[in-house]
Amino acid sequence: MAEEKETKSIDQASIELIEKAAKDGVNTVFDRADAMKPCPIGSVGSCCKNCSMGPCRVPLPKGREETPEDKQKRRGVCGATAETIAARNFIRMVAGGAAAHSDHGRGVAELFLAVAKGKAPGYEIKDEQKLMQVALDWGIEIGDRSNNEIAVDIGEKALAEFGRQEGELITLRKAPLKRQELWRQQGVSPRGIDREIVEIMHRTHIGVDQDYKNLLKQGVRAAIGDGWGGSMIATELQDILFGTPAPVLGKANLGVLEKDKVNIIIHGHEPLLSEMIVAVAQEPEMIELAKSKGAKGINLSGMCCTANEILMRHGVAIAGNFLQQELAIVTGAVDAMVVDVQCIMQSIQTVAECYHTKIITTSPKAKIPGAVHIEFDEHDALKSAREIVKTAIENFPNRKGGVYIPGEPVNQIAGFSHETINYLLGGLFRASYRPLNDNIINGRIRGVAGVVGCNNARVKHNEGHVNMVKELIKNDVLVLTTGCNAIACAEAGLLVPEAAREFAGKGLAEVCETVGIPPVLHLGSCVDNSRILIAATAVVKDGGLGDDISELPVAGAAPEWMSEKAISIGQYFVASGVYTVFGVTWPTTGSKEVTDFLFKEMEEMYGGMWDFEPDPIRAAHLMIAHIDKKRKALGIDKARERVLYDMEMRRELDAV
Amino acid sequence: MSKIIASAAIRGAYKIIGNAEKKWQEAMDKWGAKEPVGFPNTAYYLPVIYGILGAKVEKLGDMEPVLKRCKALLPPPVREKYPLPYLAPALDAGMATFFAGELIEAIRYLEQPDFYTKTEDPIGDNIWLGAADDVILRKRGVEFVDGTAPGFAAVLGAAPTSEIAASIAQELQQKNLYVFMCAEYNGKRFSEQLVEAGVQVGWSTRLVSFGPDISAAIFAAGFATRAALTFGGVEPGDYRKVLIYNKDRIFAFGIPLGYVTDEWYANALGCVNYGFPVIADTPIPEILPTGVCTYEHVVSNVPHDKIVSRAVEVRGLKVAVAEVPVPVAYGPAFEGERVRGEDIYLECGGGRTPMVEWVTTKRMDEIEDGKVEIIGPDTADITAGSRLPMAITVEVAGREMQDDFEPILERQIHHLLNYAQGLMHIGQRDIAWIRLAKQAVDKGFTLHHIGDILHAKLHQDFGGIFDKVQVRIYTEEDKVKEIEEKARAVYKTRDTRIEGMTDEGVETYYSCTLCQSFAPGHVCTISPERTGLCGSYNWMDCKASFEINPTGPNQPVEKGECLDPKLGQWKGVNEFIYKASRQKIDHYNFYSIVYDPMTTCGCCECIAAILPMCNGIMTVNREYTGETPCGMKFTTLAGTIGGGLSTPGFIGHSKYNVCQRKFISGDGGFERLVWMPKSLKEEIADRIKARAEEIGIPGLPDMIADETIGVTEEEILPFLEEKGHPALKMDPLLG
Repeated sequence: MAEEKETKSIDQASIELIEKAAKDGVNTVFDRADAMKPCPIGSVGSCCKNCSMGPCRVPLPKGREETPEDKQKRRGVCGATAETIAARNFIRMVAGGAAAHSDHGRGVAELFLAVAKGKAPGYEIKDEQKLMQVALDWGIEIGDRSNNEIAVDIGEKALAEFGRQEGELITLRKAPLKRQELWRQQGVSPRGIDREIVEIMHRTHIGVDQDYKNLLKQGVRAAIGDGWGGSMIATELQDILFGTPAPVLGKANLGVLEKDKVNIIIHGHEPLLSEMIVAVAQEPEMIELAKSKGAKGINLSGMCCTANEILMRHGVAIAGNFLQQELAIVTGAVDAMVVDVQCIMQSIQTVAECYHTKIITTSPKAKIPGAVHIEFDEHDALKSAREIVKTAIENFPNRKGGVYIPGEPVNQIAGFSHETINYLLGGLFRASYRPLNDNIINGRIRGVAGVVGCNNARVKHNEGHVNMVKELIKNDVLVLTTGCNAIACAEAGLLVPEAAREFAGKGLAEVCETVGIPPVLHLGSCVDNSRILIAATAVVKDGGLGDDISELPVAGAAPEWMSEKAISIGQYFVASGVYTVFGVTWPTTGSKEVTDFLFKEMEEMYGGMWDFEPDPIRAAHLMIAHIDKKRKALGIDKARERVLYDMEMRRELDAV
Repeated sequence: MSKIIASAAIRGAYKIIGNAEKKWQEAMDKWGAKEPVGFPNTAYYLPVIYGILGAKVEKLGDMEPVLKRCKALLPPPVREKYPLPYLAPALDAGMATFFAGELIEAIRYLEQPDFYTKTEDPIGDNIWLGAADDVILRKRGVEFVDGTAPGFAAVLGAAPTSEIAASIAQELQQKNLYVFMCAEYNGKRFSEQLVEAGVQVGWSTRLVSFGPDISAAIFAAGFATRAALTFGGVEPGDYRKVLIYNKDRIFAFGIPLGYVTDEWYANALGCVNYGFPVIADTPIPEILPTGVCTYEHVVSNVPHDKIVSRAVEVRGLKVAVAEVPVPVAYGPAFEGERVRGEDIYLECGGGRTPMVEWVTTKRMDEIEDGKVEIIGPDTADITAGSRLPMAITVEVAGREMQDDFEPILERQIHHLLNYAQGLMHIGQRDIAWIRLAKQAVDKGFTLHHIGDILHAKLHQDFGGIFDKVQVRIYTEEDKVKEIEEKARAVYKTRDTRIEGMTDEGVETYYSCTLCQSFAPGHVCTISPERTGLCGSYNWMDCKASFEINPTGPNQPVEKGECLDPKLGQWKGVNEFIYKASRQKIDHYNFYSIVYDPMTTCGCCECIAAILPMCNGIMTVNREYTGETPCGMKFTTLAGTIGGGLSTPGFIGHSKYNVCQRKFISGDGGFERLVWMPKSLKEEIADRIKARAEEIGIPGLPDMIADETIGVTEEEILPFLEEKGHPALKMDPLLG
């Protein structure tokens, strides 16, 4: 029995807390996953419940090849084929994911506009340079206008993108020209962020779009509206408001909780409120209050993507990722867990009830019965934040016995963004992606992989993440990470420069040593996957590696995915030209045609395609094989002679 | 282990910036904020600070914001465990080091005005030359532009022995590189070691002894920065372009010899910003991945006999080394070397004995290729310190050979002989002058080798236009006189023919894009009556160059339909320059200074400017460092119009062009010339006189003002009025 429990995570602290939970009689996600297997028909996309004639189940025959007669029978009551059903289900996942990211982006844009108009005290424009950059990118007049005047225009323009009805998103311009043209040719340039999501809901309604290819095309369109639209707007505006991240030392793991301090965990996704909590937790009055309650101070830590946001900008420690949210409470040391939106298990309230922890919901969009609700009011954010921190402090004396905080905090360097990578590769005066491109061309770096995504209770916690990433860096693939993968990597000690020597191949290690970076670069939260797109575009623009993302030796993966957001992210990676492999399970295997379309035909259309491989090591090698294929196409698969320049060759050079 | 380097460089930057601040504070206390500071005779202020930051440091007080910037650039020290990324901060620290180094040196010029010689060559025992002024920059810049100097090596510290130092220096010279020297190791300095080994240092031999301390490394960076501003047409403050220009076009690198201190590391990181790698003789850590530099950034532990070839390879430089069968070193770096006093073994010409050089064409069967004949006494037949008359005849033959190419080949004799170490050559034709050093004779050099050099090099460089060449060297007086007479008759015929050539008389002009290695937007078009503005190329040279290398920088340009005969504009030329300037310039006029004048790369011999009050123009040559009536010194002028721009009111031209018939003929021509430096006037006095007579104003030379009359329009105008200068009565220059 003990051995079976160990298989739940590769993280020792988590293992210990899973044991503690069992001892304390607390039911966790791990128990529930054991108790309930996934629905075999729903998990392959063969169940349609879009009307009340159903739900209709159209599974493949078991244990044999499908015959034409079988296929004929695999239809819903309305006549929708297994293909239509699988495609509908798939793009509804895209819609869900894109909606989540984009609604986050909309929230940021609303706050941004309020800040620009001076209606959100406590916030200010922190990154003027990025403000100017975005103004330039979006064609907003700078002149001698004040930052706030420019910001009002940016905010209004950003908000308008969500409700835009025609044309194409302004943010698509950030993509390589060839890619923009390809999207137009394929008819997948999103007209508006919301519109494409709404259209998915319409087209998947009973009796509307019943051509799986046409359905999947709309999925692509909505996903682009996420990655190159809603998510990108969220990242850009958050950077202006809260500062573009720069490398910072932080800590990770459940061990960051401190027994003697008031522990507040900020969990969820949006940095709007958490930025204020970070500020408030440092206020002397708050610290005094904490001391008056017998604590030594206030210890703030993060969980999931909120953690990534405040780590990137403030170095705040990360307590854990998705599957560790209940375990944090099991320590008995968490005085409050503050949550907003996305990936928050309803069960944290149930778990909290076994201890003293207060769950504080803050978003009007996301409430949990039994939790304290302190609504975040952007017009008086500091007040909301103070109330939350106070609630946590006042809960400190209510701690019950048996506090147990396992594990030592692990160091990590985070805070990589497109802008800082550009700087880090050449300094202020020579900033560029050239050294990256050069070292990809000369083979020290074999390629670049974006490894992202969730945790999934159906597989061992963090195992897929860490094994895949280690395999990639061992083979000289530089890894860019976000979301729960980043936290997994941090906990495994992969996000420090020293990891290069220990885990990376010789070439990658040499480049890491030169620049002083870890072999795995933490780019932020899941909306920050847009940073990966921008970085990929910057590589294209710096030249020497083709003129579109699809020509680059890159690949993407989400080895432990579970959320609809992951599907949306994967789909915009694919639509951007990236080979993207998912682990755990694949939601369209109920239809060979739909799966083939995603895995094969999309490559011809977009240069990138989906793939599925539950074994993380094998998946890593599929990515490496794709990277090698791209290297070969670029002609950089073999060593090149050093070019020595004479005067004639210098004359041929273009002017800078 | 780039971390060790980054940590050391950042420490070094702290020390250097601290030192700069201390020195600045002391200077402020002593002199005050208004005290002027700067490097001598330059229009680029403190050039690294000016080029990178765009800031003009003219007074002590101007240094304060620069120091602030340095401190803002200084990153925190690199943490031992879990460091933040350090390459970029270390590169920033390197730049800050350069800014601080420049301040330190500028303060030294203020505190110790005679510390540096401020000359091209050492004066007496003082070998420390200090910053290259703009005259040196432009003169030497031409060599960077035309490829005779592909780059420079910045050598820090000292070699283990003087002999090793001399051999490294000679190897660098033979690869045509400049050697910029500074800093001390173990009480020794590379420059001093060369002097000890009897090697001539100074700009003339490309062995530039900048200064004794590490801070003098900044003079190398200053030279590089100014190259980008001067020839690359980069705007001051456009730091990215300045640095990329250097990475792509200035093939420089650093060679630290001896223990690399924190301060050296800091300067090395400054170099890396420019794309200049560092090749060390000590086992310091290496940085091999590429990116900021073209190839490796730091390569270490290289043995002294390999260090030059390794450096050249790391920098990605292809050097064509002349293979010449002579017992002495050979290359452009030895061109400026002098042979003096007791070193002279043999002297010919120079007014002491008759000397003449003559290239003539023969039939193929009259020539035995490679034959060298000495008629008269050779080195073995005379004693040290002798003088002899000399005639060098070079006889060539080949199907492509034309009479017109003879003077071109003949002009090569000067530098081809000068390239040999220990052989000094001055002048040409019947005013040639050579000196041969004892050291060369000791190594086995004989007059025969003069023939060998000419045979080998002429074949190498001009093999496209002839097939055979033989050389005769006469050292008997009667024979020399006989050759001299024949040659003089030929010179006369040639001169008449060249003088007679007109732009109208040919359908084809030639382009010259030789400078595009440095000034990528610039393209010269050379016609018979508008020779190249650098003074190096006339129409005939270009024609020959094209014959030799049909895909080279001199291309025939069919001039096509004449769009403006007065100002000199042709359709074919316009089309060509549009393409060759990479769409930067779509037209220009050959004969006008006022309307869309021809562009310049910045390495022109002279610059003419209009003087509105005088209704005329002035011209100034680059050797003249004083003020001029247009309000700008040559160097400021060159900075304004260089880099491939067409700047109405200004034009770059050669000295020779002044007396050519089409010289600004669209604006009134030679009669417009109201001012020029006295030295230039003297240099081309004969031709000025002839041209004045030709236009029927024989008194014109005396009507042209110079700096002894004045250096402002107000000062020279009364003189012009008094002399009745024709420009005053001409139509208004600015219509």
